Amino acid sequence: MALEITQYLLAAQSPDAKIRTEAESALGQFRDQNLPGFLLSLSVELSNDGKPTESRRLAGIVLKNSLDAKEAARKENLIQQWVSIDISIKSQIKSFLLNTLGSSVSEACHTAAQVIAKIASIEIPRKEWPELIGLLLANMTQPDRPASLKQATLETLGYVCEEISHHDLVQDEVNAILTAVVQGMNVSEANPEVRLAATRALFNALDFAQTNFENEMERNYIMKVICDAALAKETEIRQAAFECLVSIASTYYEVLEPYMLRIFELTSNAVKGDEEAVALQAVEFWSSICDEEMELQDYEVPESGDSSASHSRFIEKALPTLVPMLLETLLKQDEDQDQDDGTWNLAMAGGTCLCLVARTVGDAVVPLVMPFVEANISKTEWRAREAATYAFGSILEGPSTEKLSPMVNAGLDFLLSAMKDANGHVKDTTAWTLSRIFELLHSPATGFSVITPANLQRILGILLDSIKDAPHVAEKVCGAIYYIAQGYEDAGTSSSLLTPFLRDIITNLIATADRTDSSDSKLRSSAYETLNEVVRCSNLAETSQMIVELLPVMMSKLEQTSNLQIVSSDDREKQGDLQASLCGVLQVIIQKLSSADETKPIILQAADQIMVLFLNVFACRSSTVHEEAMLAIGALAYATGLEFGKYMQEFYKYLEMGLQNFEEYQVCAISVGVVGDICRALDDKVLPYCDGIMTLLLKDLSSGELHRSVKPPIFSCFGDIALAIGEHFEKYISYALPMMQSASEVCAQMDDNDEEMVEYGNQLRRSIFEAYSGILQGFKNSRADLMLPHAPHLLQFIELVANDRHRDESVTKAAVAVLGDLADALGSNIKTMFKDRAFFTELLGECLQSDDEQLKETATWTQGMLGRAFSVYG
Amino acid sequence: MATHELRRPFKRPAISDQQRRREISLQRQAQNRRDAQHQARCLASTILTLQPAQYEPAEPDLQLQSETELIPELEIESQEHRRDLRDIDDVRQASRLKGVEARQWFAKQLMLPEWMIDVPERLNTDWYVFARPAGKRCFVVSSNGTTISRLRNGSMLHRFPSALPSGARTSKSSHSGQSYCILDCIFHEPDQTYYVIDMVCWAGMSLYECTTEFRFFWLNSKLVETGACDAPSSYHKFRFSTVPIYNCDQEGLNAAYTGPVPYVKDGLLFCNKHAHYQSGNTPLILVWKDENCSQYVIDTDSKGQVPNKQQVVLELLFDGKLATSDDPPVIFGCLNEDFIQEV
Repeated sequence: MALEITQYLLAAQSPDAKIRTEAESALGQFRDQNLPGFLLSLSVELSNDGKPTESRRLAGIVLKNSLDAKEAARKENLIQQWVSIDISIKSQIKSFLLNTLGSSVSEACHTAAQVIAKIASIEIPRKEWPELIGLLLANMTQPDRPASLKQATLETLGYVCEEISHHDLVQDEVNAILTAVVQGMNVSEANPEVRLAATRALFNALDFAQTNFENEMERNYIMKVICDAALAKETEIRQAAFECLVSIASTYYEVLEPYMLRIFELTSNAVKGDEEAVALQAVEFWSSICDEEMELQDYEVPESGDSSASHSRFIEKALPTLVPMLLETLLKQDEDQDQDDGTWNLAMAGGTCLCLVARTVGDAVVPLVMPFVEANISKTEWRAREAATYAFGSILEGPSTEKLSPMVNAGLDFLLSAMKDANGHVKDTTAWTLSRIFELLHSPATGFSVITPANLQRILGILLDSIKDAPHVAEKVCGAIYYIAQGYEDAGTSSSLLTPFLRDIITNLIATADRTDSSDSKLRSSAYETLNEVVRCSNLAETSQMIVELLPVMMSKLEQTSNLQIVSSDDREKQGDLQASLCGVLQVIIQKLSSADETKPIILQAADQIMVLFLNVFACRSSTVHEEAMLAIGALAYATGLEFGKYMQEFYKYLEMGLQNFEEYQVCAISVGVVGDICRALDDKVLPYCDGIMTLLLKDLSSGELHRSVKPPIFSCFGDIALAIGEHFEKYISYALPMMQSASEVCAQMDDNDEEMVEYGNQLRRSIFEAYSGILQGFKNSRADLMLPHAPHLLQFIELVANDRHRDESVTKAAVAVLGDLADALGSNIKTMFKDRAFFTELLGECLQSDDEQLKETATWTQGMLGRAFSVYG
Repeated sequence: MATHELRRPFKRPAISDQQRRREISLQRQAQNRRDAQHQARCLASTILTLQPAQYEPAEPDLQLQSETELIPELEIESQEHRRDLRDIDDVRQASRLKGVEARQWFAKQLMLPEWMIDVPERLNTDWYVFARPAGKRCFVVSSNGTTISRLRNGSMLHRFPSALPSGARTSKSSHSGQSYCILDCIFHEPDQTYYVIDMVCWAGMSLYECTTEFRFFWLNSKLVETGACDAPSSYHKFRFSTVPIYNCDQEGLNAAYTGPVPYVKDGLLFCNKHAHYQSGNTPLILVWKDENCSQYVIDTDSKGQVPNKQQVVLELLFDGKLATSDDPPVIFGCLNEDFIQEV
């Protein structure tokens, strides 16, 4: 029943859109009408050496995409489709695929290997393809098989191991697979292609090899083979072997000790003399070890002094030789690495690794790095000066302030002068180093800063000069200013130190954002983001006038964006980016000025004009809403309160659009947040819009497409709406409550071993409680009876959460509050429901003993509400 | 198929200000939601006077023996005291209430006098007296750049800018959002003036727990300072005024009873110097009316003549008691249950 589809597959890749679309729809029709026949035809196409490579390639891709998808719901769907296909057809497809591995066209082999792995990932856990492993292993052991088949088979084995768990197979099979792979890697393997395929297969099979890594003898053997391969004649094999070592550094860190001497020797030689592709992997090995050790240190018990048993302190032990090796790499810069974003070279990898080493070991790195800095920083060769500066910058995070501050104080003046260096790389790295100094060693709020009233003027003078330098240097300078401003936030009287310079800083940042000599928008975004931080962190009492003046400047810039000429989609994207930056600045200004009674009227007076601008930004697009404009509107609604009502009619359609944006879920999430802002601003005046909003929110909740992170905010939003419109929420009860109840049942069944799910579960619980709280409070005065039938379910949910050991403080707060709301709204009606429940005594007791005043206060209130409910007869 | 990403962020990773803005927005929204829900809860909590001493965390043994048994640690106070408002947080929240909630809240908050039917002990040493202005009794709340007056039933009388702290949106006012005032006033129509007869909160400070003596002292020293007693202007729509307050000695009584005041008198108010501000009727404030100090003591017709018959409006209270609809009501009888059933 396989059909000849070569022509369609070729036509589907035609440059002519009409032909392409027709072919795509024909293929789609075939798939929809007869999926088994369609898949079989694809496998026939892929396996046939007489067919063109192009049609075979597409057949393989379509086949693979019929078995797997990124999105979980779709993936599950595809799996079900495959499982339900007739077994004889599936056998035929699999057999065509296995035959393809022997093809002389390597691309077809490669595609078949991937498809086989996808089928294996479905069928092996279900024990529906027991013969696969045996067939693949036969390709490796039978003496007469060609090298190309062995190569393809190894690749397949690697992919299969990556897809499945070793628990899906019996241990003998696991061992046999690894034996075949490791044998292929061995020096005795004459064919370098096979040896490379085996090394790559092992890389994919490292997780799968868990049991074998637990066994010392097997582990020793695997490690020996990898280390041997790291010395292979062929660069690609050496690179693949180092990739295995990098992966092992994180997967099997705890058993690495006996091999470290050998690995150090290998990596050290690779860094010094091997091809860059290999040397980069060698450096990455050490970066990965740093990642592991920093993570172990994060979980360390600080008091015991003794860290967990698995911390081997490899970095600390290797430090005296590792640091000089990394310092050497710093001198191998590319001439144009600052201009090209795609560059990743040995100097960059080594510098990054040195930063990680400093964070891992702290103070100990300083004496090893400083002699290098001192020896090189004044040399005539720019590479020496840049490397010295980078080395200095890389050790600023990790070591203690006490260790660093004398050096930084002594070196700051030199660095400031170096902003005038003749070389662009040196200036770039100097600006980066300065920004790190201000990020890490400028914290007036906690009492330490390298910036003093005496040197502040010189620092800012130089930075504001250098912000006019090349775009890549200016971008780093923006970073330095960003951290200076951040340091002065909430720093008491020293906050005022920056105030006299702010006007100048703001002017320069706007001028920087307006520069046209940069190839991309990175400098402009940096300038605006720095401007935001400057505004956000400034002392409003001293700077309100400046910020008030900034408002019309930013408004007129945003107004100008709608006059930009838009010809291409690229122009549209650029316009959108610029609008994003400007809406961001306006959002920050709105928030800053509306935070004080004195300046709030400024926003209220400008609100009409600001809103017009935001609506114009929305109007620039047809299908999506602008995320940043939405975010800024939330701030405006909060600032204007009831006055926001007059914008609703115009704004509502964009709000609807935002709430329906499943693909860009951040936009949807922000729109949901804005609904909350509007409810609080308008109170019951939001009522006319609620039917529409509730319909969309309910749709969002039932959508399988929408990112799950948006769902908790939607429940909280139910509470916002109910609190605003009170008794009018009645008509939504029959839709909203079932959703809340089924979500609370989902909470009950969540996997509490998955940290991410625990976090999500907490968010969901909190938001469901917030929804109930809003509804109960909204109904309290008139329609509390409506909630009576739902009270037992809520109570049961509170009990479930009260007994959950993963519950976090914010969930506890919401649970206790909703308990009080229940008693407050329903009064004595709740008495019988509480009859056999003792959990709340314990919950209240726990909260009343908490150190959190807010929690205590809420619990006291709830206790009062319960007391009142129980004291009334009836 | 998996490959290990070699590239790591180099030099300063781009600052994601957008993510930061998203997070700040979320925090603000969460905080506003908490405030809104907290505010809704405060309406309820003002009904209860919670005695913190009884909620020592050491004894959280809140337990239900049977469904009708009271929770022992919780004491619900009598009707009078329920309306007590002591918690500074609640007052601040109340100053921000809007709409129905504000009406409901303020309807319960005024301190109301009883009729003076005998002479209290130590009248001459422990009591103040003043001539009560005729007009609309109301609470005046200034907060967040505006001033709102609410009548006894909680409904709004005026919304206006005033020179009270946080009472108007002017550039010179330097009060933060924390600053607000609640004044007990009588709005006197003829001269469009708010006569302040008590001070409940001033510039964010609650005076509920303070004695009358202190409240009157504070009232007389603070109100003038703000310029609230000045003539109306664009940022100050109505004039505020204090009333002359006297000790209850013979001289003071005489001054209050016969002395000239710029307003129409409606009886004399007697206030106990040691009393705290307390919502609802209280025997610590007493009112006296006779024809010399109030035009409302006896009904008159449009020509000012006293008619032959005096009309009395009676109210049947929920518990069968009969009362006059005077302010305050006078209870003079009680109907029995059978009679109510028949009616």
